[in-house]
Amino acid sequence: MTLRFTKDHEWVRIAGGVATVGVSAHAAEQLGDVVFVELPAVGRKFKKGDDMAVVESVKAASDVYAPISGEVVEINQSIVDDPAKVNADPQGAAWFVKLKASDPAEADSLMDESAYKSFAEQH
Amino acid sequence: MRYLPLSDADRRQMLSVIGAKSIDELYRDVPKSALNARIDLPAHKGELDVERIMGAMAAKNRPAAEGPFFVGCGAYKHHVPATVDHIIQRSEFLTSYTPYQPEIAQGTLQYLFEFQTQIAALTGMEVANASMYDGSTACAEAALMARRVTKRGKAVLSGALHPHYAATTRTNVELLGDRAVQLPIDIEAKEDLAAAIDGETSCVIVQTPDVFGNLRDLTALSKACQAKGVLLVAVVTEIMSLGAVKSPGEMGADIVVGEGQSIGNGLNFGGPYVGFFATREKLIRQTPGRYCGMTTDADGKRGFVLTLSTREQHIRRDKATSNICTNSGLCALAFTVHMTLLGEAGLRAVAALNHESAAKTADALSSVKGVRVLTKSFFNEFTVRLPMNATGVVEALAADGVLAGVPGERLWPHDKDAHDLLIVAATECVTDADISAFTASLSKALA
Amino acid sequence: MTMNREGRQSKGDAATANVVTFTGNRALQIEESLIFEKDAFASTGVDFPAPTGKHDRIGALKRTSAIGLPGLSEPEAMRHFVRLSQKNYAIDMGPFPLGSCTMKHNPRLNEKMARLPGFGDVHPLQPQSTVQGALEVIDTLAHWLMEMTGMPAVAMSPKAGAHGELCGMMAIKSALAARGKAHRTRVLAPESAHGTNPATAAQCGFTVDAIPADETGRVDLAAFRGKLGPDVAAIMVTNPNTCGLFERDIKAIADAVHEAGGYFYCDGANFNAIAGKVRPGDLGVDAMHINLHKTFSTPHGGGGPGAGPVVLSAALAPFAPVPYVVRDGGEFHLVETRRMAKSEGEGAAGGRITAFHGQMGMFVRALTYMLSHGGDGIRQASEDAVLNANYILARLKAEMTPAFPGYCMHEALFDDRFLMGTGVETLDFAKAMIDEGYHPMTMYFPLVVHGAMLIEPTESESKAELDLFCDALLDLARRAKAGETARFTASPMLSPRRRLDETAAARKPVLRWTPQQAPEAAE
Repeated sequence: MTLRFTKDHEWVRIAGGVATVGVSAHAAEQLGDVVFVELPAVGRKFKKGDDMAVVESVKAASDVYAPISGEVVEINQSIVDDPAKVNADPQGAAWFVKLKASDPAEADSLMDESAYKSFAEQH
Repeated sequence: MRYLPLSDADRRQMLSVIGAKSIDELYRDVPKSALNARIDLPAHKGELDVERIMGAMAAKNRPAAEGPFFVGCGAYKHHVPATVDHIIQRSEFLTSYTPYQPEIAQGTLQYLFEFQTQIAALTGMEVANASMYDGSTACAEAALMARRVTKRGKAVLSGALHPHYAATTRTNVELLGDRAVQLPIDIEAKEDLAAAIDGETSCVIVQTPDVFGNLRDLTALSKACQAKGVLLVAVVTEIMSLGAVKSPGEMGADIVVGEGQSIGNGLNFGGPYVGFFATREKLIRQTPGRYCGMTTDADGKRGFVLTLSTREQHIRRDKATSNICTNSGLCALAFTVHMTLLGEAGLRAVAALNHESAAKTADALSSVKGVRVLTKSFFNEFTVRLPMNATGVVEALAADGVLAGVPGERLWPHDKDAHDLLIVAATECVTDADISAFTASLSKALA
Repeated sequence: MTMNREGRQSKGDAATANVVTFTGNRALQIEESLIFEKDAFASTGVDFPAPTGKHDRIGALKRTSAIGLPGLSEPEAMRHFVRLSQKNYAIDMGPFPLGSCTMKHNPRLNEKMARLPGFGDVHPLQPQSTVQGALEVIDTLAHWLMEMTGMPAVAMSPKAGAHGELCGMMAIKSALAARGKAHRTRVLAPESAHGTNPATAAQCGFTVDAIPADETGRVDLAAFRGKLGPDVAAIMVTNPNTCGLFERDIKAIADAVHEAGGYFYCDGANFNAIAGKVRPGDLGVDAMHINLHKTFSTPHGGGGPGAGPVVLSAALAPFAPVPYVVRDGGEFHLVETRRMAKSEGEGAAGGRITAFHGQMGMFVRALTYMLSHGGDGIRQASEDAVLNANYILARLKAEMTPAFPGYCMHEALFDDRFLMGTGVETLDFAKAMIDEGYHPMTMYFPLVVHGAMLIEPTESESKAELDLFCDALLDLARRAKAGETARFTASPMLSPRRRLDETAAARKPVLRWTPQQAPEAAE
């Protein structure tokens, strides 16, 4: 499945019932140099829209919301150890968490890449 | 008016550049009925007149240095080297702002970095912030931080925590619907704080030396706290004690907060003082206040900046770890300068002198008929029980020129058992003659 | 011909600006290491008699391990801190136009009075009979503050502005609880508010609801009315607001929040624009903190100490914290615990918010300032502050873009439209001011204005100083538009340090010196 995007600049990719989640390249650029990432513990459950993680630059702090509901099955410790990765490859290697999606269909209402691109240009 | 550079001619000329007919035109958004309200205050005065008025009020107070002085309980009379006041009155320190523009604030930033390092060393902790308002508010902030870390809502307070600190902490946690439960007054360090921990407990707050002067070994308590996921908050209101007594960090505290007034800062009738806040590195994201950190500039030279600011109110707003903005920068400078003059050698020497003064005073008082020294292990402060309410005794001694200490009723007005107590502090400023005057006057008052 | 041995031409060589010195020093700018790098862990700069060692009531709790604190002799310590001081900008050196921060002249008479032994060397727990003059200072200052604000009560103990906010919001929370309105938990605050407002409301257990600004930079009255409801506890409004404008609908706002059953907290950070001219009590305010370190000139000291007394309306006065001073004939008493109080709100009030009695040292300074100015001088100071800001606004309009039309109060707000397409951002523009010898203005605040630049000159600047400042900024604006981008993005170039790497500082925080920090790693 391709990437889907939220209005809060998260992306999600679902494969085999597991959703990989991160922040968009647009968001990473807007934030500037990322200096800190806080991820939830494996096993935590979130509903769509819950605060799930935190990403900070020097002068800004943003909450990352769960784009769909699910349980955390894996976190990307490498971005905690080296937050610069979020700027380097936000939509690839710098994913944040993997969620076991409780309802993968929730992703259907999210934007596809081109819709998000035009959304981001206005915001 | 000597502080206002504009002349009337300047004002007229500036108004014409602005294109306004009068000053009040600039205030046109103010409701007419509220503008230029009559305010009944005296007219401006020259320096000489102001000095006379302020001087007359100052003359009605009895300064500590004027005679025998044994008052403590969270604020202490120490000798501050003359260099300290000179440095903090330098324009570049006195009249600068929070160092938000690091290129032209390296002076402030570097001393804050030095302050943080000195506090961390003294408390035996890994990190310390760049100061809080005072010890009591730092204590309250520690309870709020423990709430964030443990997600529990009950702070357990020692019965020998300074009552003002306990009250300040209670006020703050209750605003969030939490509780602060204080154990009964504990004059001789007999309470069992570990037994007070339950599943709701976020932190245990214990002072050492405590408000009665007892030194406390926190080692066992820290293990009990650790076993239950509770943070141990150690409060130090006399930071000079750390030149003689094992640090809370060495005894396993998770957060060490307190009052730094004793080093570099005068009594000032209670403020401004300088609170400190030290903790373990892994808890730093949950701490209040600002930090200064080391980095490099565009030319690769070492420099300092404010950092980890995303915890603070100007960025995180309603999700900030605290609303604190202004802290105690200049008092922290006074601390840093004094501490730099002392060094470890000087600190240990002055701490030893404090201890000696207090021990001598305790020995002398114990020879006064009817006086019982209750505190066995202490630094520069201890508690005695008098055969009568101490408030009147203190007043009687004050009339003799001796400021004898803090009577129990002042801090525990509702606890009759405390009314015969007198808490006595003796620092390096106390002389043998002061001690003799104290015992003589006390013998007379009790006779 | 004969050569004068000192006869070289006195004119310098243009190439010397980038000279590399052996020491790294640049004439008056002396590099200075940390005290921990001076190999002074065994020395001291104080002399004490040797202790006799005859007394030991410490026993097993004695500190035996090394603490790690260097001690410098007096000349070394003096040099260390004087060298550090010379890396700071200060009001005493030049304009410090930080909007919202009010960097005005700090008279030295204030310092002298605060150091009188009768004020500086008295203990907060001495018998009250021995500190009557200190209590008189608190009482007198309280009188001045109440008279100037037209409010019936004032809580003196808050330690700074944000602490005053906490005190005021706590009084509101207590009043609501006492009146059976504890379900009111929502606080309205403009999105242009200082960060302390939402942070304080949250610290009091309230939720925060942001009110948008209208196109004139003021509270959007319709949006505000739409947000009122039975769960609203209070509104927090800064007035004059953070855009440097007077909220012209202030009375309507106060009436509406009162009608809806809530209270009106006014952030008094900008009281210096209206002190002596307008009494907040006439505008319907229930609580307002006053930053003595802004309006009443107690020094900022590199970030404190401050003082933030809170004036209170009759409705909130019973909920003030302890302690407070009461006058009984010619004698002053401190009420230190709630049960001694005889007011209506006994037991319901929030209690104590700090040890002892507040920032006495700041009270002395502020009262000294007030006595010096008098009621007439305070009014003149406010008028001059507003005049100076409007003069800057009028002069800079030629090249810079004011964020809102019309006059301002004590600070002039610009946005970054004039920099559009230049490649120069607000930050660069501000950093270039450093090379011109100025402290930058407040940047990127308030948040409602893009690339905000908030300039507050205060009444302390002379017309000549303002003219030079305006000329310099106009020149910078013209240079930015003329494409001298590199000059801005590389600035500052002449300061003790150039732009610092804040990203590296935050990613791997180094917050204290440790013995492992090798000198080469530090350079």
